[in-house]
Amino acid sequence: MILHGYEPVIGLEVHAQLTTQSKLFCGCSTTFGARANDQTCPVCLGMPGALPVLNRQAIECAIKLALAVHNDPVGQSVFARKNYFYPDLPKGYQISQYEQPIVGPGRILIETQSGDTKTIRINRAHLEEDAGQSSHEGHPQSSKKSYVNLNRGGIPLLEIVTEPDLHSPEEAYAYLTELKAILQYLGICDGNMEEGSLRCDANVSVRPVGQEKLGTRTELKNLNSFNNVRRAIQHEIDRQVTLCSQGEAVAQCTLLWDVDTQTTRVMRTKEDSHDYRYFPDPDLLPIEVTRAQVEAAAATMPELPRQKYERFIDTFQLSREDAARLTVDKELSAYYEEVVAGCQEPKTAANWILAELLRDLKQVEGGLAACPIQPRHLAGLIQLIATDVISGKIAKEVFADMFQTGDDPELIVERKGLKQITDTSALEAIVKQIIESNPDPVNEYRNGKTKVFGFFVGQAMKATKGQGNPALLNKLLKQHLENQS
Amino acid sequence: MVCDLNVSSNTLMEQLRSGALTSEALVKESLAAIQTRDGEVGAFLSVQEEEALAQARDIDRRRAAGEAVGALAGLPVAVKDNINIEGRKTTCASKILEQFVAPYDATAIERLKQADGVLIGKTNMDEFAMGSSSEFSALGQTRNPHNLTRVPGGSSGGSTAAVAANMVPFALGSSTGGSIRQPAAFCGVVGLKPTYGRVSRYGLVAYGSSLDQIGPVAADVAGVARLYDVIAGPCHRDATSAQVEATPSLPELTQAISGLRIGLPKEFLGDAVQPEIQVALNRLVDLFRAAGATIVDVSLPHTEYAISAYYLIATAEAGSNLARFDGVRYGYRTAEDGNLRDMYVRSRSEGFGMEVKRRILLGTYCLSSGYYEGYYLQAQKVRTKIIEDFQKAFDQVDVLLAPTTPTTAFEAGAKLNDPMAMYLADIFTVTANLAGIPALSLPAGRDQAGLPIGLQMLGPHFSENRLLRAAYQAEQLLK
Repeated sequence: MILHGYEPVIGLEVHAQLTTQSKLFCGCSTTFGARANDQTCPVCLGMPGALPVLNRQAIECAIKLALAVHNDPVGQSVFARKNYFYPDLPKGYQISQYEQPIVGPGRILIETQSGDTKTIRINRAHLEEDAGQSSHEGHPQSSKKSYVNLNRGGIPLLEIVTEPDLHSPEEAYAYLTELKAILQYLGICDGNMEEGSLRCDANVSVRPVGQEKLGTRTELKNLNSFNNVRRAIQHEIDRQVTLCSQGEAVAQCTLLWDVDTQTTRVMRTKEDSHDYRYFPDPDLLPIEVTRAQVEAAAATMPELPRQKYERFIDTFQLSREDAARLTVDKELSAYYEEVVAGCQEPKTAANWILAELLRDLKQVEGGLAACPIQPRHLAGLIQLIATDVISGKIAKEVFADMFQTGDDPELIVERKGLKQITDTSALEAIVKQIIESNPDPVNEYRNGKTKVFGFFVGQAMKATKGQGNPALLNKLLKQHLENQS
Repeated sequence: MVCDLNVSSNTLMEQLRSGALTSEALVKESLAAIQTRDGEVGAFLSVQEEEALAQARDIDRRRAAGEAVGALAGLPVAVKDNINIEGRKTTCASKILEQFVAPYDATAIERLKQADGVLIGKTNMDEFAMGSSSEFSALGQTRNPHNLTRVPGGSSGGSTAAVAANMVPFALGSSTGGSIRQPAAFCGVVGLKPTYGRVSRYGLVAYGSSLDQIGPVAADVAGVARLYDVIAGPCHRDATSAQVEATPSLPELTQAISGLRIGLPKEFLGDAVQPEIQVALNRLVDLFRAAGATIVDVSLPHTEYAISAYYLIATAEAGSNLARFDGVRYGYRTAEDGNLRDMYVRSRSEGFGMEVKRRILLGTYCLSSGYYEGYYLQAQKVRTKIIEDFQKAFDQVDVLLAPTTPTTAFEAGAKLNDPMAMYLADIFTVTANLAGIPALSLPAGRDQAGLPIGLQMLGPHFSENRLLRAAYQAEQLLK
């Protein structure tokens, strides 16, 4: 990234689909993947005379988010109509919020690449209904017609808008990661960008370093993965910096990110921007969020990723990086805590999970939810090492077996006869045998070339099929190599 | 003639209960009346003969078998064609919905069905309820049964004409700025616009959502009360429905209110009012005074801004409400090929009538960026002032009494090309819609041309029962 003395300024608008059972203004199901237009009714089809009735569950979701971003949502908020024509918008307007959103100013803390903590201010978060989906390809008459599926139409969204506080693609990525974690911890959004339950638009501008006034911004849309968000912002910063350093102006416009070509193209310019003619929706009364409602929500608030992150560092003495990696996913952190509870070895548990388990889970469809190793079994494995029943090396073999079979590590050790040999006399016999049959390395060692010690360890492990207690073997080898003279 | 539709719905109900009359006979009489007279009156857009007769026979059978029947059991009801009845067309008298079949029942219809009202047909109206003469219907002309050269008023002109022509004992209308009271006055029948939120709007095709209200039309106050009792009350499908239980008005209807205080708003009087209407008002005032009521002069000072505020708020909401008629999912779609924009523009240009287009444009304009504050927000402020005016008035009096309209029914075509003149026909009715208060129009004699005169009574929010009692008293005094 060449900035030529320019500073990027980025703001993000994230649409989070809420995990309510029914839509925002009707009783239709929100399940993903149903047959086209099966999950619709007169209300979400915009039939004449149909009226919206607010889903209270969505309000509870918004209150939880408010608490998570340190905003007090008590008071009135208003639904407004955003008017525009599109075939996947059945009423010709989207019920959204404009003035008086349900969540006002707040903040989210992120960790920058340099390890500093940075505050990203939240401007607002508002509730709105999702539009349906238009599809122009893959149907029998796609050459002549477009098709509309309104199953998604009316599903509740929270649109979460930041202030322009982000200054690099990496910060944007870190913010999204933190926000997704918050939403998942709260249980209000599954955060699945591929299924569209989390969507992100980015506003990007650049300005000379030191200048306060913001440059002309462009809006990036169709960013359907975290990596695409990062790449598209990078691409747009480069484009704007190139323009500016050549003395050209950035034109205000909306850009679509093309995943295939990894470039952007103009979707609409400022001239053809919509006048949405927002006005309060007369079909819906203002929402009153009461202190009691907020207190009830506060009582059920889970520990949030940031709190958990800090606790993991304090209680388990984990590194910041390990704590961050473990807490980014609510399920993973819960898995980790279960393992720790079963073995009381927090650092070892973190190592096993972050190094071994996550590596192998990449091959498993369904990820952690489909993990073949139960937390208590991983704890058992760690305990087997801690109590010298098996060595760390054998443990890796046992782990591989556990990942295949899902069996209890003790059973595997039993079945495969992998128990560590801790019987001194048995090991001593082996050590003596090795020293006797390798006179040359013994002499080298005794003449000060102690590097060959590794050779003896290797021999000993080989002779015990890896089951010799390493510490004991080391001790015996040293004893016999050094005491012989 | 087996029965006379010109008698009170009370009498019809008694005859049905006693077995002197069957619902089938009554419905046949109603259908026959439609057959004979609707050719010239044009009140109905559709009549469901077979279904109505089947429903009537079923009710007769149940009644004969001693089974429970509803509060309207066997009485025919006409329904304005902007209220959904499942499986039947809801056209809103518009080309754009000419073939639209409603997929569900409006809450008011659900309640009519539960009460065993016989749904006999759908009535004509101004397209999407936008108009004051029913002349803006794209699907037919309705004439005033008292004089066929005159308009029936609007927009519920089909419903009031059907009742006035004795085709049905009562009908449902809807009011956004006076669309029940004004045609009731022109047709010489009784019409009630309930408190905003009293009757569910679910299934009523929206025009001005913050103003719209379904209401009953009947030949007399008792008929209006009977129908009102069936449709009023909370509804979980309408978020603006008031969570206030409605107690039946009919049982207490005939109890005169002692010490009734009647306010006469001075802004509703004066030179603009046709002299015979003023005379009729004075006569009723004298009768009330003689009967012991107190008459108080009151003022509603912001009345002069009401028409402007009304046409900004109603059209702003209408422009948004009518966006759904885009040719995509239902309703009229242009036959011509073209891109998406062409499809929208042609479908809507061909599907909507002139007045609807005028109001959509007006509404779009007043919500546009840069105009919102000056028009829409300003109109909302006026609305607040009008509400306050009424609150002050109702601190002093129980009901307000005023002319429903400045004139009696005007000639067909007289105001068709003069939107401002047409809009001013609502001048006395829009304030009740803006304030959300209940208001009722009742016949109070005729002018020299023999056309009915209507007077309206207005009460505080949710005071329908008292308002109906006061109106019943007026009706008795005028007899």
